[in-house]
Amino acid sequence: MSERKYTDQHEWLEADGELITVGITDFAQSELGDIVFVELPEEGAALKAGDEVIVIESVKAAGEVGSPLNGVVEAVNELLADAPETINEDPTGAGWLIKVRTDEAPDLSGFMDEASYKAFTEDC
Amino acid sequence: MAPAPLLTTALHSLHLELGAKMVPFAGYQMPVQYPQGIIQEHLHTREQAGLFDVSHMGQIIVSGPTASAGLEKLLPIDLDTLPVNQQRYSLLTNQKGGVRDDVMVCRRGEADYLLVVNAACKSDDYAYLRAHLDPENSVEMLPDQALLALQGPASAAVMAKLAPDMAELKFMQACEGNIAGVRCLVTRSGYTGEDGFEISVAAQHVEMLARALLAFETVEMIGLGARDSLRLEAGLCLYGHELHADISPVEAGLGWTVAKSRRSEGKKAGNFPGADQILQQISGTLTRKRVALRSQEKAPIRAETELQSLSGETIGIVTSGCYSPVLESALAMAYVTSRFAKTGTQLQALVRGKARPVEVVDLPVVAHRYYY
Repeated sequence: MSERKYTDQHEWLEADGELITVGITDFAQSELGDIVFVELPEEGAALKAGDEVIVIESVKAAGEVGSPLNGVVEAVNELLADAPETINEDPTGAGWLIKVRTDEAPDLSGFMDEASYKAFTEDC
Repeated sequence: MAPAPLLTTALHSLHLELGAKMVPFAGYQMPVQYPQGIIQEHLHTREQAGLFDVSHMGQIIVSGPTASAGLEKLLPIDLDTLPVNQQRYSLLTNQKGGVRDDVMVCRRGEADYLLVVNAACKSDDYAYLRAHLDPENSVEMLPDQALLALQGPASAAVMAKLAPDMAELKFMQACEGNIAGVRCLVTRSGYTGEDGFEISVAAQHVEMLARALLAFETVEMIGLGARDSLRLEAGLCLYGHELHADISPVEAGLGWTVAKSRRSEGKKAGNFPGADQILQQISGTLTRKRVALRSQEKAPIRAETELQSLSGETIGIVTSGCYSPVLESALAMAYVTSRFAKTGTQLQALVRGKARPVEVVDLPVVAHRYYY
């Protein structure tokens, strides 16, 4: 597993070879509040960076999550259909959203590391 | 032009101390939720007691020799049937037969009323009342008066400990007296469908009173998020959503706020803004009606969502939507073409381009538990 990286859309990414796990950050789940619904893409769907493929609805707000990179959906977190609150409880663990297979080992150097992300959220 | 800075209520530092998430609302920084979250706050209020800071709302005193007659020119109310120390829900109507604001009218004395109005409307309401009441009357906004709401089944036991007299009030009765040594005007009313009290108190004492109430194990501070889902479950309208300038009280299902004596055959018939249109609607037919909608799914169906018949014809629009913690599903209020307003009617809501099935259900979806 690589170091966890972050996007300015409050997603986190973790690379394991060509497989990238994507979720939303603790900051994002806390801003959204109680999450009651998650819509995930189909397994096998082709993603382009920026496509808004995931919908997360909380009691307060609807949030759309863009794909952070190009690739194909390898797996989606089936647990979230019945237990969307898992994202609130464990956003960076059991509350992961999708796993994306990239064509080649992805370059995550353009994303924020934990320290930069922390600084970024302090300005939010 | 820079937006006006947000105002704060006298409980601002308490909200921050309790970890509230503050959001802009009607010109104020208000707590939308506390750390336990909207769902837990909602359920706590239904099961025990919630304390709400609603000090952003307008409190306006109208008094004077022709205050009663003056108010009856603006509201379809019959103040002859409102005893002193009693409160009633009413509407400031407009000339088109729509609604300027919804308002609680509490009779404090023979010719002395406290009006509680929406935060977003309060300056307009104040100017409107001043302009329309005869000058021998006084219209006074109370900016230094805070407002708390204590709501839920445990409220009465809390009040019985702090101010036994207040705990004797029946639904919509009012009483002035001391709570925890502080002078208050208390009404047995609220915006959750639960038994409870609204407490008007000088802003300088409100934090002390709030802390005295929060000292009870059953009482938790509750934010505007849960206030919204609680009122939706209770089937209560929100100004700016179910009520506005282009919706009539009758369409909103609030025809009952038009007093019998103010109706066509009554002894003080009409003579309030929009009376012709409103009275005609009471005796006639409506093109659209307010309904409640339930979805089997949890994702809220939010305001402005288009509603369609099963054949795909546009027949209405959602005005408020939430996740209902009691139903454990989405719950919304909407206006629909009258022939689709019957309980049990199946409709579809267009959410992100997809049709989601919804069903018209009876209001309130959670029975009121007022203390009569």
